[in-house]
Amino acid sequence: MDVYFNLFIKAAFVENLALAFFLGMCTFLAVSKKVETAIGLGIAVIAVQTITVPVNHVIYAYLLADGALAWAGLPDLDLSFLGLVTYIGVIAALVQILEMTLDRYVPRLYNALGIFLPLITVNCAILGGTLFMVERHYSFSESIVYGIGSGTGWAIALIALAGIREKLKYSDVPDGLQGLGITFIIVGLMSLGFMGFSGIQL
Amino acid sequence: MSDARSVLIDPLIDNNPVTLQMLGICSALAVTTALLPALLMCVALTSVAALSCAAISAIRHRIPNNIRIIVQMTIIASLVILTDQLLRAYAFETSKQLSVFVGLIITNCIILGRAEAFAMKNPVGLSFLDGLGNGLGYSLILIAVATLRELFGAGTLLGYPVFDLTQNGGWYEANGLMLLPPSAFFIIGLLIWAIRSLRTQQVENADYQIHEVHRTDVY
Repeated sequence: MDVYFNLFIKAAFVENLALAFFLGMCTFLAVSKKVETAIGLGIAVIAVQTITVPVNHVIYAYLLADGALAWAGLPDLDLSFLGLVTYIGVIAALVQILEMTLDRYVPRLYNALGIFLPLITVNCAILGGTLFMVERHYSFSESIVYGIGSGTGWAIALIALAGIREKLKYSDVPDGLQGLGITFIIVGLMSLGFMGFSGIQL
Repeated sequence: MSDARSVLIDPLIDNNPVTLQMLGICSALAVTTALLPALLMCVALTSVAALSCAAISAIRHRIPNNIRIIVQMTIIASLVILTDQLLRAYAFETSKQLSVFVGLIITNCIILGRAEAFAMKNPVGLSFLDGLGNGLGYSLILIAVATLRELFGAGTLLGYPVFDLTQNGGWYEANGLMLLPPSAFFIIGLLIWAIRSLRTQQVENADYQIHEVHRTDVY
């Protein structure tokens, strides 16, 4: 159990996808103007990340990895070069399915998330999570925890940034730094703050 | 001809994908701790951007509108796989350093953004130039950031020592912060400030204008 909790803390704080690996930066900077929308997108990312990482793990382990097709009588086949196109296909399909399911059964949540659901397909935090899972050889249960953890970390960073930017509206920023420039500086400071988590082991 | 010229030159500074269009920021930050991986990333991204824009533009009349994203993604993903395999074959050590970021070119918003905004509406030649121009604009920022970070963080450029480090008896104390994630944010933020001070038309309007009241207005 300790192992999983440790992995969760590591994925959410120490190796925060947004602040330590710069993943999902475009959406991170573009959708952090209001706390409300940030919370919506954060929840959507956690949901998609929690589903896609384990699903891609199963696909990698049983179809794509070197020798993974042994169960089909093809022990010498290595399809791992097909990984990228498969993962992005799985992510796009899952986002589409999630969208339709939410629309059918939880229309309130669907309306709240709105445009953000389809945007998640091109959020590199999602594909990045899958690629890290493959690169670090996580097991199936670890991939579930990693999915939840990394999604949560990204969402926390996004909501925190949105909170800061809401306050920032009333401050007197130099002309050239207005907007994107000052946001970069803030994210840099947040990233410094998150570095304080490094080295935490439970 | 002037059309082609502006399509190629504009994204370098006036309409730079990273500092103005806010596209492709993830990898611009992540691969810039040293110059060599940054250069390799620039080559990879620029070639994928140019080729995918040309390919998408070539079949733009045949792509059904409601599945266009998936079609674009498939084209981009195939090109990225090709690049990834080539890098592994000829530059294995550096491709290890780039780790997942080559794969992440697929979701790099520069490529999809340019495909959507430009290649779907323009002929093949122009789209190729647009992809190339945006790739080069991205490369410009990447190389600037990587040069600063490697030079001040490790005192080297492309692995060759430039500043004599104190631990080797020289005069330069390496600034470790430059190699850590936060410095990338600061450098790009300051770079944006510098560019916008020179090109004032790029300055964003404030959401909320602070109203200056002089003491005498109150009475």
